[in-house]
Parts: sequence; C-alpha cells; structure tokens
Amino acid sequence: MLSIKNLHASIGGKEILKGINLEVKAGEVHAIMGPNGSGKSTLSAVLAGREEYEVTEGEVIFNGKNLLEMSPEDRAREGVFLAFQYPVEIPGVSNVNFLKTAINEIRAYKGLEPMEAKDFLIRLKEKQKLVELDGKLTNRSVNEGFSGGEKKRNEIFQMAILEPKLAILDETDSGLDIDALRIVANGVNKLKSKENATIVITHYQRLLDYIIPDVVHILYNGKIVKSGPKELALELEEKGYDFIKEEVGA
Amino acid sequence: MANEILAEQISKEYEYGFVTDIESDNLPKGLNEGVIRLISNKKNEPEWMLEYRLKAYGHWLTMEEPHWAHVSYPKPDFQNIIYYSVPKQKKQLNSLDEVDPELLKTYEKLGISMEEQKRLSGVESRIAVDFVMDSVSVKTTFKETLAEKGIIFCSFGEAVQEHPELVKKYMSSVVPYTDNFYAALNSAVFTDGSFCYIPKGVRCPMELSTYFRINSAGTGQFERTLIVADEDSYVSYLEGCTAPMRDENQLHAAVVEIVAHKNAEVKYSTVQNWYPGDREGKGGIFNFVTKRGICLEDNSKISWTQVETGSAVTWKYPSVILKGDNSVGEFYSVAVTNNYQQADTGTKMMHLGKNTRSTIISKGISAGFSNNSYRGLVRISKGATNARNFSQCDSLLMGDKCGAHTYPYIEIKDKSGIVEHEATTSKIGEDQLFYCKSRGIDNEKAIGLIVNGYCKEVLNKLPMEFAVEAQKLLAVSLEGSVG
Ligand SMILES: Nc1ncnc2c1ncn2[C@@H]1O[C@H](COP(=O)(O)OP(=O)(O)OP(=O)(O)O)[C@@H](O)[C@H]1O
Ligand SMILES: [Mg+2]
Repeated sequence: MLSIKNLHASIGGKEILKGINLEVKAGEVHAIMGPNGSGKSTLSAVLAGREEYEVTEGEVIFNGKNLLEMSPEDRAREGVFLAFQYPVEIPGVSNVNFLKTAINEIRAYKGLEPMEAKDFLIRLKEKQKLVELDGKLTNRSVNEGFSGGEKKRNEIFQMAILEPKLAILDETDSGLDIDALRIVANGVNKLKSKENATIVITHYQRLLDYIIPDVVHILYNGKIVKSGPKELALELEEKGYDFIKEEVGA
Repeated sequence: MANEILAEQISKEYEYGFVTDIESDNLPKGLNEGVIRLISNKKNEPEWMLEYRLKAYGHWLTMEEPHWAHVSYPKPDFQNIIYYSVPKQKKQLNSLDEVDPELLKTYEKLGISMEEQKRLSGVESRIAVDFVMDSVSVKTTFKETLAEKGIIFCSFGEAVQEHPELVKKYMSSVVPYTDNFYAALNSAVFTDGSFCYIPKGVRCPMELSTYFRINSAGTGQFERTLIVADEDSYVSYLEGCTAPMRDENQLHAAVVEIVAHKNAEVKYSTVQNWYPGDREGKGGIFNFVTKRGICLEDNSKISWTQVETGSAVTWKYPSVILKGDNSVGEFYSVAVTNNYQQADTGTKMMHLGKNTRSTIISKGISAGFSNNSYRGLVRISKGATNARNFSQCDSLLMGDKCGAHTYPYIEIKDKSGIVEHEATTSKIGEDQLFYCKSRGIDNEKAIGLIVNGYCKEVLNKLPMEFAVEAQKLLAVSLEGSVG
C-alpha cells in the first residue's frame, strides 16, 4: 500500500529526513518510535503534503500512485489521513460543517454525489459513539477551546468519519488520560480492516498494549535504524534510546 | 448547504458586470442650478423640495471634500457626471407584462424575482423588492399586500407625491444636508431610492428590500432612503447593490435615514457588491455613503448589519443616535478588500439617553494590495447615565502586501458610562489551511470556510437568504488571494 524509498526531506535548508525506507501493506499496523526531534512529525507532514518541507531525494508510492506529486488535498482524497500531533483550531467553523465539507470534497473527487444529509447524520452519530465523543463537541467550532485530550479524540473522530485507507497517528496518545487512551485505541482497532493500514507514532509502549503493531520501527536522526516485532517497543522502554545510539554507533 | 453553494461560486469573478441594453433618458453631464431644477421638474416635485435641493446645493458649493479617511483616489470630476439617467419605459406599469423584457432579464441575472412569489423554495418569508436602476425606481413588489397593513413601501419619488407630509416631517431630520460633503451633494441631486413607513403597532410581515443597480455609463447614483418605524413597530430591511464592470470610476453617494419611535425596532442589512475594479485597480465604484438612524424615543432599537465586498473605495459609517432612554444601537460589519480596493468604514454610536446600549462587531479582511480601516466613534454625552458600549474590531490579513488599520475614538462625558473595546489582528494561518487540505478540502474552499467562520458572528445576524448570498460573495471576493 505504502512504499517509501530513500526519502530525504529538509526544511529551511536543514536536512531532517535522511533516507527513510518503509513498506506498509494493507491490513498492517506499524509503530514508529524515536526520540524528540528525530523526525517523526516531519515524516508524517511530508506524507500528508505539507509544502514547507522540500523533498530532495527518494520516492513514495501509495497504492501505485506517486504520492509526492499530489496536492495535500488529493492525498487526503486518495485515502491518506493524518491525525495531527497539534490539532489546529478553526474558529467559527463547526465540526459538523467541516466534516461535511471534507466528506463531500472526497466524494466529489471520486465522482460521487454529495452525501445525503440523513446518511451523514447517521454516520456522525455512529462514529460519535465509537470514540465516545461528547455530542456537544461535534457542534462546536473545530478544536476551538477543546482540551488537549478532546482535540486528540476529535482527530480520531474525524478519522472514523472519513474512513481513510492509510491513517497516520502522530502521538495521538500523548495528553490522553487512561480511559481516553483505551477509547481511542479501541476506535482505531474497530476501524482496522484488511483494506486499510495504520502508522502509529508514539513515545510510549503503553499504547501498543492496546493497538498491537505488526512492526515497530525506531526513527533516529532522520533514519529508520531498527525495525522489529512488537517486543522491540518493550526493549526500548526498558533500555532507553542509549542502546540504539550504541548500535548505530552514534 | 452554504458550502455547496460556495463551491459553485468559488471560481467565479465579479458576475454582475454585465450591461443591460436599454434605452435611457439622460440629462447632459455636469452640475449647476439648472440641472437641479431640471431633475426636480422631471420628478414633478413640489416647490419645498426644490427649495431644499437648492439650499443643499448652495451649501455644497462652500464645502471641501473630506480627506481624513485612510483612502486615496483621484478626485471625482463633478462636472463629468450624469446626474439623471432613467431607463425608458411606459409611464404606468399595471402588470409585470408591461416591464421592458430587457429589464426583466436584468432582474433574472441578478437573481431577483419581480414576481410576487417565494424567492427560495422552502423559505416561508416573502420579500418585497424595490428595484432602483440608475436614477429611478423601476418597480416595487407586494405594495398592495403591505398596504393592507398600512405599511407604505414605495420609491422615494412616489412618496414625495403621495405622502409629502411624512417625507417633509422626517427627511433630513437625521442627516441634515449640512452634515458632510457627500450628504450635501446627495441632498441637492438625489433622484430616487426607497421610502418605508411602518405604522403604529405593526410588525412588517415580510422583509423589505431595495436593490440598487448602476447601469448607464458616466452616471452617478445618488439615492435617498428613508425608513420610519412608528411606535411599537418592527421592520427588517435589506439592501443589495451591483454595477457593470467599467474602466471608469463611478460615483455612488447615498443617504439613508432611519427613524425609530417608541418601542420600535429597525434592522437594516446591506450586502454591498458594487463593482470593485479589476485586479490592477482600474475602474470600480466610489462608494461614499451616509447612513444614520435615530432611536428617537424610549426602548427603540436600530441595528445595522453590513457585508461590504465591493467598490473601489468605500467611505461609510452607519451610525445610531441613541436619544430615547433604554434605546439600543448595533453595528455588525464584515468588510472585505482585495486587489487594490480601499475601505474606510465603521460606525458612530452617540449615547444621549439613559441606559442606552450599543454593540459594535467589526470584522475586516484584507487581501492583495488593499487597505482596510475600521473607524468608529463611541460618544457618551453628559446625562446619558449608565450608558454601555461593547466594541470588538478584528482584522484578518491574507498575505503581506495589504493593510489593516483600526481607529477607535471614544468620548465619555458621563462618569457612569462603560465602554469596552477589544481588537485583534491575525493572519490567515498556513496551519489552518493545511489542516483543511489534509482533510481533502482544497485551498479556495478552505479559505471560504475559514473566512466564513471568522465572520460568523456577523453573518448570523443576516436574514437567512442574505446570509447565503453573503457567504458566496466572501468566497468570490477573496478568490486567488492566498496560495
Ligand atoms: N521549520 C523548521 N525549521 C528548522 N527546523 C525544523 C523546522 N521544523 C522542524 N524542525 C526540526 O526538525 C527536527 C525534527 O522535528 P520533528 O517535529 O519531526 O520531530 P519529532 O520526531 O516529531 O519530535 P517529537 O517527538 O518532539 O514530536 C527537529 O530538530 C526540529 O527542530
Ligand atoms: Mg512530533
């Protein structure tokens, strides 16, 4: 589904991603861990198409298409979804209106008619239940005045509504209380299918107790330096990043 | 729903730039006493009206154009303007069939229904329309229905003929001809506009609206609107305007007066979409307008809501004189400037009565090379005990070549007065845009969403139908301004 080869990206002349290789197949869950500043959010932003980053080398193929040539909105329409580490507030635009616009844009791209209001409401209700999101939040402006945890939950809610093929969750677990963590993880698991894939970026192995990854990658200084089964996360938790530093000889 | 319409509209440029091919009856260019006498004569006006015009003209000659606004433009050549231009048609229209088909087509293109029927399916309220083209009112709908309730809604010219006592009593009582340069000019040469009187105890059952259209080249539009709400009455009034695209600048200098008696309420909403000029700043309407209402007696309320997207230069301060005790004045404004547009707009709230309250919400959006200024005065006079004002002025910048300015003036002569002022300036965020895009929403639509969200407080004040139109307009006006 997603194939990243030798991806290099920089911002403001500074190289952040220094040759990423990653293969994600449909139905898989991949976890990416790595110290602060190693480039995790940069990788997700580059995949989602943030223009500030310059891709200097490498390729990204998503379902047979060259992702890097697509506009950010087309990537979303093709089924890429990024749950932001820092969700953005849009004052005055209700969550409902925002999502309806998004859904219909995606549908239009696929040559479909706008969704019937009734069907949209049904989907809204259903997914709201799935992530146990307070009904009041859906009518409020996008993320405006939401608590940190509410914002994260809202990201998962949006994901649930938009039903992407590839979801990238950038530290969706940070700032969540234990219950919220379970709910969010539960939401992700329920949305899992043979057709879609998830990349979970996290600092904590705790999340991986709930969302069981097929592969764990360690991103260090702009490169994936180690990949392994879910036990790698445990090892990391135990030993810290120092052992990686030793292994890569940094 | 608004967003679907927005989607359709987003890629359009100024869509009302067409010219109606219709014969018109013009006076030659230029301004002098003779022209004023001719206008008055053509309109078959009583002597007192001519006298008023001539006094105003005499005063205007002694005045200088104001220069304090944050706008710059070539001084209009007042001798190079046609002051009277009337589409030719049969004298008395008895039915719609008698209206010139070219005119009917114009209405259609502008989305105005001359038929007395619902404008939008599913919307219960009907709208009565007075259509003013160039110098004259062409047609007013629903007159009879309104007359049953004693409501007078007609062209200004007709009011002078049919209800001279009302016109004489109220005209110039809020905006005297001595008020300012353009009010004086208007008082001398105004040609038509709307008149509206709501009698005691009547709630107007439908929205009243005037649609202003400049069609002929070289003309100026000087319309006059007078709204009087008698005791315990209510009316919601809408004003829309468009003009063809032309390289020349055309002058629009209107005067609007509102009088609210005891317990009366008037809501006045404007969607101003005069031709703004092209991308290089060529052409467009000079919009120099004096709008003022007076809450004459206790417990009255006047509310101005405006969405300003058009005109090359706008100079406009809809104001409220809060004379009656407990009276309320409101000003809700969205002003958008793009390319080389300039807007200097705001309000004046003059608190005279006790316990008077005013609210000012102003949202300025600047893009391109434009300049957008908010200018507002809140005055609490001596004796206006416990008067209160709340003002909020927000500016949104798109790009870094445009300007936003805020000039709040506050004069408090009574110690018990409370004035709160908040102001913010923000840039449309790359983060917000990217967030929208990452959900599949393209740039133009994202801007539409963000801007409409930013203006929501004001758009919410508009009647439903107008709000949809305003949302579309905002998106169109800002087309191509980011990214
Ligand atoms: N606009 C920028 N200009 C310069 N450097 C930047 C810019 N944006 C990000 N960086 C740098 O890129 C590096 C990677 O940042 P990134 O946000 O991808 O890290 P991360 O792995 O997500 O970290 P965290 O765990 O803290 O979220 C950091 O050193 C950061 O300072
Ligand atoms: Mg990060």
